[in-house]
Amino acid sequence: MTLAAIIFAGILTYFTRMTMIALINRDMLGDKIKAVLEYVPSAVFPAIIFPGIFINDFGTFIEINDPKIFGALVAVIVGYFSKNVIATIFSGLLSYWLIIFVF
Amino acid sequence: MFTKKQLFTRGMLDISPHMLSVIPFGIICGAIGVELGFHPYLVYTMSFIIFGGASQIVFLQLLSGGASSLVAVASVGIINSRHLLYGAVLSEYLEKLSFLKKLLISYVVVDQGFAESNKFFKKNRNEEFLHYHLIGTGCTMWVCWQIATLSGIVLGSFVPEELGLKFAIPLTFIAIVVQDLKKLDHVIVMITCGLSSLLFFDAPFKSYVIISPIIALFVAALLLRLKK
Repeated sequence: MTLAAIIFAGILTYFTRMTMIALINRDMLGDKIKAVLEYVPSAVFPAIIFPGIFINDFGTFIEINDPKIFGALVAVIVGYFSKNVIATIFSGLLSYWLIIFVF
Repeated sequence: MFTKKQLFTRGMLDISPHMLSVIPFGIICGAIGVELGFHPYLVYTMSFIIFGGASQIVFLQLLSGGASSLVAVASVGIINSRHLLYGAVLSEYLEKLSFLKKLLISYVVVDQGFAESNKFFKKNRNEEFLHYHLIGTGCTMWVCWQIATLSGIVLGSFVPEELGLKFAIPLTFIAIVVQDLKKLDHVIVMITCGLSSLLFFDAPFKSYVIISPIIALFVAALLLRLKK
């Protein structure tokens, strides 16, 4: 029963991956649409970033002094200047742990 | 011109820093599944069949909370519908591939792989074997995800929850978009998406994951019109 649901979910997920790659060719997308698609990373990833910071495991908003806000700010600043993925993730996690475990 | 092997390796290298957050997240995914009372085989099967981090957790949480499996399947579909946008962007670079190759390569399209390969594609439009970069990012992600979720299943509740390792996920995506903060139009699009995602967080089936990008893309279209 659960396995059947997993298989359905898998097929659905595969279709989301495959549809646009396999069934759309370049001529079907106009220049205007292509220009808008340039923004896809900026338009999609904040929908993962913002809830990951501002909403806790119980689906409610965090407090203003939550260590995740500090960790995210440090990661943004370090990432912006270092242009380095590892430095961004590490600095964010370390500053988050610093507040949780030290203060 | 790069060779196929060089492109594949480059893809592996470009995505590997993200494993710093993907591996802990995979371990958590596996651990949560077992903790919620699902059979380890089922939890692992998901990593193979669905292969999509957050959607796997949501799926198991919904089922264990007593939701209908129809709701769980629909939620996975909606959370993962963002891949449609990735596909639309990537289709331009993959159009020369045969239909079969397109079908195969689609299985390994993931968030971080899309982001890194798309950055590489933009700078190297004229390479002949560009898709090997995407295969490199996708396969690296696939292998790490399988190993990580399996480890989580084995380790189970051994993974300390106080570490808050889930926080590594927003961080990995910050690393992806942070350089675009230099461009005002991108900043506006990002803020639109982020605020919409908080506003629509309680929308059914986790649909904020796709509602907010659509709103943000509309704003992007408006900005493009203003720029002219």
